[in-house]
Amino acid sequence: MTMLNYITVRNNETIDFNSIPSLNYKEFMETNILFLKDSHNHCVNYFGFPSGNKLKLICCIANDNKARIKLTATELDPAASTVFPSMTARNLSFNMFERELSENFGIKYSDHPWLKPVRYAFNRFDKSSQIAGYPFYEMESEELHEVGVGPIHAGIIEPGHFRFICKGEQILHLEIQLGYQHRGIENLFLEKNNLLQRVILAESIAGDTTVGHTIAFSNIWESLSGYAPDDELQFVRTLALELERIAIHTGDLSAICGDVAYQLGSSVFSRLRTPIINFLQSWCGNRLAKGLIRPAANKYAFTPGLKDLLLKTLDEFEPDFNEMIKKLFHNPGCLLRFEKTGVVSYNQALEIGAVGMTAKASGLNRDIRSSHPIYLYNEINHQPIIKHHGDVFSRTQIRREEILQSINYIRTLLEKIPLHIQRKEAPFSPKKNSFTISLVEGWRGEICHCAVTGNAGELLKYKVKDPSFHNWLALALSVRRNEISDFPICNKSFNLSYSGFDL
Amino acid sequence: MINTLKILKHQGKQFIKDVTTVQLNEPFRGRPVISNVKVDEYELINLCPVGAIKTQPIQIDLGKCTFCNECAIKFPNKIKFTTDYKISANDPSLLIIMEGIDKTIELNPDLIRQEISSFFHGSLKLRQVSAAGDNSAELELNAAGNVNFDIGRFGIEFVASPRHADGLVITGPISENMAESLRICYDAVPDPKIIILCGVDAISGGIFSGSPALNRNFLAKYKIDLYVPGNPPHPLTFINGILDLIKKRK
Repeated sequence: MTMLNYITVRNNETIDFNSIPSLNYKEFMETNILFLKDSHNHCVNYFGFPSGNKLKLICCIANDNKARIKLTATELDPAASTVFPSMTARNLSFNMFERELSENFGIKYSDHPWLKPVRYAFNRFDKSSQIAGYPFYEMESEELHEVGVGPIHAGIIEPGHFRFICKGEQILHLEIQLGYQHRGIENLFLEKNNLLQRVILAESIAGDTTVGHTIAFSNIWESLSGYAPDDELQFVRTLALELERIAIHTGDLSAICGDVAYQLGSSVFSRLRTPIINFLQSWCGNRLAKGLIRPAANKYAFTPGLKDLLLKTLDEFEPDFNEMIKKLFHNPGCLLRFEKTGVVSYNQALEIGAVGMTAKASGLNRDIRSSHPIYLYNEINHQPIIKHHGDVFSRTQIRREEILQSINYIRTLLEKIPLHIQRKEAPFSPKKNSFTISLVEGWRGEICHCAVTGNAGELLKYKVKDPSFHNWLALALSVRRNEISDFPICNKSFNLSYSGFDL
Repeated sequence: MINTLKILKHQGKQFIKDVTTVQLNEPFRGRPVISNVKVDEYELINLCPVGAIKTQPIQIDLGKCTFCNECAIKFPNKIKFTTDYKISANDPSLLIIMEGIDKTIELNPDLIRQEISSFFHGSLKLRQVSAAGDNSAELELNAAGNVNFDIGRFGIEFVASPRHADGLVITGPISENMAESLRICYDAVPDPKIIILCGVDAISGGIFSGSPALNRNFLAKYKIDLYVPGNPPHPLTFINGILDLIKKRK
């Protein structure tokens, strides 16, 4: 056996771009497929960018046992009429990444099983491919019918199109078509050359994960500039991540109750989310924490008054939350709707490379807080909550337990609040010809940002990956053989991001 | 049953009694005020990530402002964001805050169409369209209907079908990929109908302004009845804006 040629980095590490071994495509492919034979490894990012008249591809495989990320690169000539073998044909978790590469750069694959458009990016390779002409999977039978939903949905929610093939009430197949939210974010990261503009872009990738994405961006920027975040910044970011988790999970519980017409649960969880986001407003002026996370800066001191307010908020939250969730989990009508509905098996989750809550509900341990910890997660010694049934109930249980776990973490964090320090404005000068990767566990799961800089330290590529990029397929698989009336509850139990996917 | 009643009792009274007079506390950022203090104007306008600040005299356009607070942090004597959340307007010019003028923003009653006050003052059904919104304004619009803010008490409600709606609430900068769906949805709303732009991204494109992935032609074709600034707008900003719109005309 030949030695595998790759380089390993840690989370948030910056390396010389040229130190990533550039392999020929066949080696590159075999190496990365081999990595994924070990279930502790998973693909966190795989993307390309133009380099001269070639296309440079970088694949990032995280080893969750050793807290390392293995990097390999290759170079292709997309203009040549070469057809490449796909990695997806041998490992499904490359599916979305290869579709994205094909859509954006025109790479042709000989054996990709599902080579369809991803998001109809404005700068896609084939402009004649239009969002209205998405090639949906079809089945012909007198006994089947199709149901199309969206892009505009019934509630106040982002757009996406769902196409069901049903036999009577039963769903045989669901295909999810996205792209409606595409704003050209990755491109804007290169065009906006002011740091504040880029931070605000990061805040707007997915407004429900403001903290998660902005931390990933800040990590990238600080690492590229050789800036180590001090105790206060680490504290603020860890605390904000856990507050965001509590807030959104609680809101999700409300939505889940709403979808099974359990009005009491829906109202109570919705109102319980309010004090948490109002606390964020008391801290930084914005209920969704826009403005709170900044590279090398904390503009909103965490004062003793805020500590008291937060403790009081949590003390009031916890008994009401526990009372309601206990009631919900003892309600036979609700349990009947949750249990064995929308099942994703462990093997499916592993096969498609699911991450975050979606993976953890199916028994697959994917949690960056424990596998690639940063900040105070090193001290917290986070133990991921793992469930095994992969159904709506498992995903609901995870929320309950993660909320209580986050409350405990916050209480521990509040015992030791670092002093607020006045920092000088950090002179940011990103290292030249470098590569940085940042992994952050947002409430949905693993967020991964990567940056590549050029000869003058300018950005050549900024790659954003929201956990939804992996997980939308899990939703599509979960509803097979379920009744179509259970689709809303399945959808809410995942609560995936449209804007985070569409970018 | 008894447990259900206990839960109900334990919630106490969560609703905000008067959503038109309730006070928000600092550091919430609402309507800014700009003093007459002299500052380095060049530095000030260059600081703004979205070009919302202009000079001669110094002014902030709330239709562009992302409320990031950087200008107020850097020039605390010049710019201060107050907690005044009533910043909705029905004319873009009303969203421009001038140096030295500390005045509340009020809708221009002459611009409110007769049919809005005749038909919608007691009942307004809205269809929300997220056109590349980042889900922050959407979350806050959902919150406007929860037990805390309870916009339903004024007869204002979000409905599932445009056929049942009296108007559209648009969030997001309007992507090319949503442009056609937005148009179809608007056409499906029966007349008379209103359009509300909710959030900085919808009003001006926000940080996405100028992105080639957007198509904002829709906005040039129709009269906008209400602009609701914010990133995202606070539910109180939205609720008060709508209440003014449907009740204000003399």
